[in-house]
Amino acid sequence: MADADPTEQSPARSPDFAKQYISALPHAMALGMELVRIDNGEAEITMPWDERLVGDPRTGVIHGGAVSALMDTCCGAAVMSHPDNAGGTATMDLRIDYMRSATPGQMIRARAWCYHVTRNVAFVRAEAVDDDATRPVAAATGAFTFEHKTPSGVQA
Amino acid sequence: MNRPPPARARPEPVQVIKQRRDGALAALTGNVPYIGFLGIRFERHGDELTATLPFSDMLIGNPLLPALHGGATAAFLETTAIIELAWALLWPEFEAGRIDPTTLGPDTLPRLPKTVDFTVDYLRSGLPRDAYARARINRSGRRYASVHVEAWQDNRARLFAQGTGHFIMPHRAGQADAGDD
Repeated sequence: MADADPTEQSPARSPDFAKQYISALPHAMALGMELVRIDNGEAEITMPWDERLVGDPRTGVIHGGAVSALMDTCCGAAVMSHPDNAGGTATMDLRIDYMRSATPGQMIRARAWCYHVTRNVAFVRAEAVDDDATRPVAAATGAFTFEHKTPSGVQA
Repeated sequence: MNRPPPARARPEPVQVIKQRRDGALAALTGNVPYIGFLGIRFERHGDELTATLPFSDMLIGNPLLPALHGGATAAFLETTAIIELAWALLWPEFEAGRIDPTTLGPDTLPRLPKTVDFTVDYLRSGLPRDAYARARINRSGRRYASVHVEAWQDNRARLFAQGTGHFIMPHRAGQADAGDD
């Protein structure tokens, strides 16, 4: 999620901790994000449409940057909640594909899941939708720092 | 002795040039709510733009460190890329007098490029202080563009993040429908 220093760790241990931690992120709060679900390496976060987040004043479409922030937060939350995670996490790399404009006035809902973790890295994917859940607004894929609880038990 | 060169048109007064260019930049950036929300400012030297993200508490992602939120960093990079691209498209228009910057408002602003994808490489923690960014257009065609952005804080040579994105160019009226340039 937020910081980018792979050496930094924070003492997240449980989904409960992760839930509190996410809701305490000032930037996530400023964007109106709400954590809907976080469990077992998966997370779901919503972000309501807000006039202040508009990137194109003619159409009222939310700026891609705000969608990036939502995706990053959601991916980070998924990593924090992974059962094998012994520490905090930081984004190393995140790619967002913008598939279509989010419909103005509609809430954006992101879902992220860790599809693979190694000793030091969590590989995460995410998808965001608005009211029409059949046509995703954006997709993301990222690499996050990870500290495995049992490093001897996994392949690097 | 050589004859004096033929008389050239007098260059425009510097104030007129600055007013036009700064006016165009203000119109381009001042009408986007999200740029105002994040507090991003753009400084111009000739046609070169530098974006500043002034630090504020609401940009924090990790309160324990504290560090900038990766999403705020991503948004800063992407905004810088889009404005650079729009600026490069507009520059010849208002320099040639085809667009009058004083008439640009939220409804008359030329369309902005649309992001296709954007990749952020987080190199080190974003510190709780101002951040700067500059974008470089690596390719700009009729339909697509590829832009690279670098962001730093205290030290220009120590980037804290960089990004690359692809964009769809806005359709411009009167454009020749020829092959990609």
